[in-house]
Amino acid sequence: MIDYSSVLSKTVVSMKKSGIRKFFDLLDGRKDVIGLTVGQPDFVTPWHIREAGIESLQKGKTYYTSNAGMTELREEISRYLLRRFRISYKPEETVVTVGGSEAIDLAIRAVTEPGDEIIIPTPSFVCYEPIAALAGGVPVIIETKAQDRFKLTPEALRAAITPRTKLLVLPYPNNPTGAIMTEEELEGIAEVLRDTNILVLSDEIYAEMTYGRQHVSIASLEGMWERTIIASGFSKAYAMTGWRMGYLAAPAPLAEQMLKIHQYAIMCAPTTSQFAALEALKNGDEDIAMMVAEYDRRRRYIYNGLKSIGVDSFEPEGAFYIYPEIGRFGLSSDEFCARLLEEYKCAIVPGNAFGDVGEGFARISYAYSIKHIEEALSRMDSFITKLKR
Amino acid sequence: MDRNLLTLLEDNATLTPEQLAVMCGKETGDIKKMIDRYEKDGVILGYKTLIDWDKTDREYVSAIIEVKITPQRDRGFDRVAEKIYNYPEVQSLYLMSGGFDLCVQIEGKTMKEVAYFVAQKLAPIEDVVSTATHFVLRKYKDKGVIYGIVDIDERGNCN
Repeated sequence: MIDYSSVLSKTVVSMKKSGIRKFFDLLDGRKDVIGLTVGQPDFVTPWHIREAGIESLQKGKTYYTSNAGMTELREEISRYLLRRFRISYKPEETVVTVGGSEAIDLAIRAVTEPGDEIIIPTPSFVCYEPIAALAGGVPVIIETKAQDRFKLTPEALRAAITPRTKLLVLPYPNNPTGAIMTEEELEGIAEVLRDTNILVLSDEIYAEMTYGRQHVSIASLEGMWERTIIASGFSKAYAMTGWRMGYLAAPAPLAEQMLKIHQYAIMCAPTTSQFAALEALKNGDEDIAMMVAEYDRRRRYIYNGLKSIGVDSFEPEGAFYIYPEIGRFGLSSDEFCARLLEEYKCAIVPGNAFGDVGEGFARISYAYSIKHIEEALSRMDSFITKLKR
Repeated sequence: MDRNLLTLLEDNATLTPEQLAVMCGKETGDIKKMIDRYEKDGVILGYKTLIDWDKTDREYVSAIIEVKITPQRDRGFDRVAEKIYNYPEVQSLYLMSGGFDLCVQIEGKTMKEVAYFVAQKLAPIEDVVSTATHFVLRKYKDKGVIYGIVDIDERGNCN
């Protein structure tokens, strides 16, 4: 009998199972639950984009593309980044990846030497820490605070930097908090980094989902382009999660190295999805506007709805999550969410799934219809009323 | 004119003024006043429900009728249109460009009833030159809503 514990990589075995996964496992196969857990749009990919994918199949475009992605698509990505965020990348400074996730993986792996420190502000998406660890890096966690509206502050960053610091992950607009970083706030971060050799991995997958103000990329700030890797994709902006389409943009000396990993590990992103993504970039601006307007209405609705049942949260300015403080009801995040699920058949994600600092909070997704949100709010209301008794 | 409010109502007329106020970032009282004004000004003309009657036991047929007419001096097509739209069977009526003039959409209990309407009421109207009746075999989509498909949330929990 083979002894699996002796054959597996120790690094992998010691990786924690993601907290978010643990909670989702509780939900598996349950039909009676009304959930606000899903981290993806409820819109179907706009028809003209789906049609472009279908048409490419009909025409028999079933081959590999070049490793970095179709030239035409990379040209469109350059145009898009300039048009929407005033950042300038040549097509050869972009790589088309399998979702934003692969872009994050490539960036971390391409720059990490064993022992390098990678600064990760939390709460944030669950993938940075394990990928950093896999690459031999040492994750250095910065816990952002509710009173700072979950933004990264220059002081916290400065305190985390050591001579071994290699990379800062900048996860804004943020999943799970809905926090964003304004141009002035990014300038404070840039100020700390300019005279260093530290790189930035800016995860901008939610860049299109901001409310009231345009997203600003740190790469657009003076002196920052040369040290920034942008990871982004089509999943959220165009409701294309299942297509697995992302990209990275970085100066050529970085992009070339990341492309090598992609070339050996992935070959190229799916061709059908690349054709669909091309159509999205060319003719999808209106789709984004329509979906963002709808998320904004739901954002206001859920923010006010939570407030009216006595659940405080800071008003999210980006992504499609709200991150209320639930600690004051006297239960841990896990207990609160587990009991809400068991007793009122309503699912929200415990905040500590996104880092220990999330204890006392919960992530609620508002990528749902108003009717669905309303029903979930009413169940939460009953639960909280019971807790207060 | 608040396009945001109108779009929300067009999509879902069951939203309460309180819900609308929160979603538009306005006060409930202001929303009520605006809706009132839109109703008085005829911007908002009514509130209805989309029903897929095929899922019920109600018998009905609907038809689209192309009508050619002779326009009248001074009043053009309006007087004939008025005669037609006053019949309760008529669901919609449009003045068209192209090969015919008026497009009449009507509903009846049976094909016989629709045929009777065309023969006895529509065709005899003075100035109606000809009619061509097309029965609807199946409704796939109406008012932006696809019929026959019930939305199921198939999204996986992944992130």
